[in-house]
Amino acid sequence: MADEVKLFGVWASPYSRRVEVALKLKGVKYEFIEEDLSNKSDLLLKYNPVHKKIPVLLHNGKPIVESLVILEYIDETWKGNPILPHDPYQKAVARFWAKFLDEKCFPALRKAFSSKEDEQEKAIEEASELLKILENELNGKKFFGGDKIGLVDIVANFIGFWLGVIQEAKGEELLLTHKKFPILCKWIDEYVNCSVIKENLPCQR
Amino acid sequence: MEEEVKLHGFWPSPFSHRVIWALKLKGVKYDYIEEDFPNKSQLLLQYNPVHKKIPVLVHRGKPIAESLIILEYIEETWPEHPLLPKDAYERALARFWIKYGEEKGLAIWKLYRTTGEEFEKAMKESLEILRNLEEHALGEKKFFSGERIGIVDIAFGWIAHWLGVIEDLIGVKLLEADSFPRLHAWIKNFKEESIIKENLPDCGKVFAHLKRRREMWLASP
Repeated sequence: MADEVKLFGVWASPYSRRVEVALKLKGVKYEFIEEDLSNKSDLLLKYNPVHKKIPVLLHNGKPIVESLVILEYIDETWKGNPILPHDPYQKAVARFWAKFLDEKCFPALRKAFSSKEDEQEKAIEEASELLKILENELNGKKFFGGDKIGLVDIVANFIGFWLGVIQEAKGEELLLTHKKFPILCKWIDEYVNCSVIKENLPCQR
Repeated sequence: MEEEVKLHGFWPSPFSHRVIWALKLKGVKYDYIEEDFPNKSQLLLQYNPVHKKIPVLVHRGKPIAESLIILEYIEETWPEHPLLPKDAYERALARFWIKYGEEKGLAIWKLYRTTGEEFEKAMKESLEILRNLEEHALGEKKFFSGERIGIVDIAFGWIAHWLGVIEDLIGVKLLEADSFPRLHAWIKNFKEESIIKENLPDCGKVFAHLKRRREMWLASP
């Protein structure tokens, strides 16, 4: 019996895109269902009654929610092109950085871009500290995952793409400069040019 | 070859205890190093430079931080007495509830260090969270993980012991037996397991410790 895979997501959401990248990396055919977050579908509410959020992966009728949980599920279900390392210690390290990105970095980055003028300087400084930690972690490697993209690179998509878009929209390099973060900027170039990523970036408008 | 396993922990910490329970359930021998907060050891700062927190598991000299990540590592390294289901979908469900508990649990911890409007908001959220756990996460099962204690029970272990201390501190009972009969039964079953029973910090001491922390929180601007 063929696998039936559906993904409820939103084209502009980095969380949604993460799941798409993982599915495409593994060559999994899926149907994408675009949700209107201002008018959530009955199906979405049925499949994710607790959080009522995207992304939701539906595999043979069973829903999996929360992007990090979905990524682990995808890796365990479709074995080709692994996202996580095989070694338990390296796996733990990857999970650590994925958690760091989601729980510390992204909230700090969002705050840095949405803070009012008087709070912005402090918010930018805090976000810079976190980016510095990432910069140190990357040092010497092409990707967080080594030679190929892995879980951490996929989860870092907000930095890989969206950060640049936001900075461009604001018309100034508030945070991510080549001078301050040369390694991270190099990673972004590699990331954006990686074919599976390139085919999965929303167009800049 | 002798496995070298060390755990840097802190006696009143529920996060520390998660790792202790997992190691003991799997019969893994380890050395326990009590961190003397707030004087964190040089080793701890070296092993967890990003967060500078316990617990940290050190296996053959390599450190792993963050209790839930440590639990997954323990599960993969010592597969006997499995704590996670074999089926990928069931594992995803387990990880979903663990994440839910981790994110939403913060509201419950807020109760002991807030007052006024913030407290009221935390109360409302806390009851909603417990309701979700009672009806959706636990349901009719004996344990969150099914017939035996598993990773989800270990992750929620703090509700079985530390929640009661928080309730005493704030003078409000959240987990009424009538409103949450399943969670009540789970707490009883969980604490009856010998590994858990023998590895719980003294309630009185935890109360005194959290009371001091609460006073510090409420005194700060």
